[in-house]
Amino acid sequence: MSDLWGIYALWYREVKVFLREKSRLVSSTVNPLIWLVAFGGGLGASISIGGAGYQAFIFPGVLMLVVLFTTIFFGLYVVWDKKIDFFKEVLVSPLKRTSIFVGKMLGGCTDGLIQSGIIILFGPLFGINYTAYSLGLVILFVLLLAMGTTSLGLAIGSQMTSFEGFGLVQSFVILPLFFLSGALYPIDNLPAWLSWITYANPLTYIVDGMRGALLGESSFPIVLDLGVAAAYVAVLVAIGTFAFKKMT
Amino acid sequence: MIIQTFGITKRYKNITAVNHIDLSIEEGKIFGLLGPNGAGKTTLLSMLATLIPPTEGTAKVNGHDIRKEPGKVRASIGMVFQTPSSDEILTGRENLYLHALLYGVPKEEREKRIEDVLELVDLADRANDLVKTYSGGMRRRLELARGLLHRPKILFLDEPTLGLDPQTRQHIWDYIKRLSKEQGVTIIITTHYMEEADSLCDRVAIIDHGEIKALDSPSMLKMKVGKSMIKARVESPNLDYIRGLPYVIKAEAKDGTVTIILSEAGAHIQEILCNLGNVSFVELREPTLNDVFLQITGKEMRVESAEGWAEVYARAGSR
Repeated sequence: MSDLWGIYALWYREVKVFLREKSRLVSSTVNPLIWLVAFGGGLGASISIGGAGYQAFIFPGVLMLVVLFTTIFFGLYVVWDKKIDFFKEVLVSPLKRTSIFVGKMLGGCTDGLIQSGIIILFGPLFGINYTAYSLGLVILFVLLLAMGTTSLGLAIGSQMTSFEGFGLVQSFVILPLFFLSGALYPIDNLPAWLSWITYANPLTYIVDGMRGALLGESSFPIVLDLGVAAAYVAVLVAIGTFAFKKMT
Repeated sequence: MIIQTFGITKRYKNITAVNHIDLSIEEGKIFGLLGPNGAGKTTLLSMLATLIPPTEGTAKVNGHDIRKEPGKVRASIGMVFQTPSSDEILTGRENLYLHALLYGVPKEEREKRIEDVLELVDLADRANDLVKTYSGGMRRRLELARGLLHRPKILFLDEPTLGLDPQTRQHIWDYIKRLSKEQGVTIIITTHYMEEADSLCDRVAIIDHGEIKALDSPSMLKMKVGKSMIKARVESPNLDYIRGLPYVIKAEAKDGTVTIILSEAGAHIQEILCNLGNVSFVELREPTLNDVFLQITGKEMRVESAEGWAEVYARAGSR
């Protein structure tokens, strides 16, 4: 019972910290806008992909990028918490490890939701028109993506002992997941080797689901997209919980 | 006995940080673990706080086995860490609020207890400022306050005054004494400051290389060394004669300085000075815990610079 308060405490702390670090908030809002304006606008001027223009086509992908970066680095920051001993203070409390994981995970999800919420507001500028249905579905996908990716970050961060691994995570986890997900190009005409990798990437289905909801253009049925997203969450939450129990 | 250890041991790859320690700590007392850095104090404390598991042996804290009931142990203890552990992006009050939630302090009591502990450590007027604007001493006090918020029966303080200036240190000592007296909390501190152990603790365990070398009240420990001590600078000391005197316990010469430990200096100083040789400087004093340590372990305690903690803060601030 008291664990619920503890989970709330961890969530409260993460959200407070997140909202207080204004510079982080600003930079992670500006980055995706640059993607949309410069990359989307520039490349979109000479190619025609998607019915609503290239900027609208990559909008779901950029939304995913925002959530990916926000949440995975949120998770990795556990390394920092361990360093300044703030976390020891949590570990020495009567709270169960699983509850600590849940509190952290919810904190990361909230960060991801706030951050992507800001980008969603800019949607109409890039040719996105929302309906209650499409908005609800996009938020659901964002939430699932945030839960899974925060868990992934926490799992990795809890096992790391220094910041040196950050670059590795970026090179070997985030960027491949992002670029091989069809976030920036349609996945229907890919060469066989690339299409296999893309189909194996769970994020492919999340981008596809969001694109389906927002633009009505998708390669898979929505049920499959949601199913994969749910599996992504289930697997990574399980791994994260396990990693937290093993953490010292 | 509120804490009892049974051959508790922690081994890392090639070092034994804590080696079969058997220890009993009485309720309501201030107990000190005194030793140089790397002696195993923090490791012992971390095991008692269930942060790391012992390799061998176990301990009972407030009647609960640290291996079998870590949750109950954690509910009975408060811990103030050696390195800063408050969240500097939050205010003092928010830090305490979080702690109250983490430790399941009942909702209707949270506010009052937060006010109480803030009052206790004199931070009420700065409670709504961000912790990053606090001085080192204020942070320590905040952490002390936090350690008390859930009314633990036992409070672990790992180097509570490391890196603080003498005046702040004195303040913290006063708080700790008051806590022990007014709240009846059992306090276990680790320290490598002799004066700290001397002025605060009811009982002190001298720990070196993971083993307890001596355990007693500070005054009894000093008594074992001798009642008085004479330090004198002498060119060619007549040590043999001095050693022959019935009231001299020990006499040694090192680098031109003679150290004489004796049962009673006042009455005999005349005789000693007359027979010692050509004395150019003399100092008469009571033995300190440093002398005790020196005699027990054969070495001086390394005196650490006060920088250590400040550096940690500087790093923490650079996030």
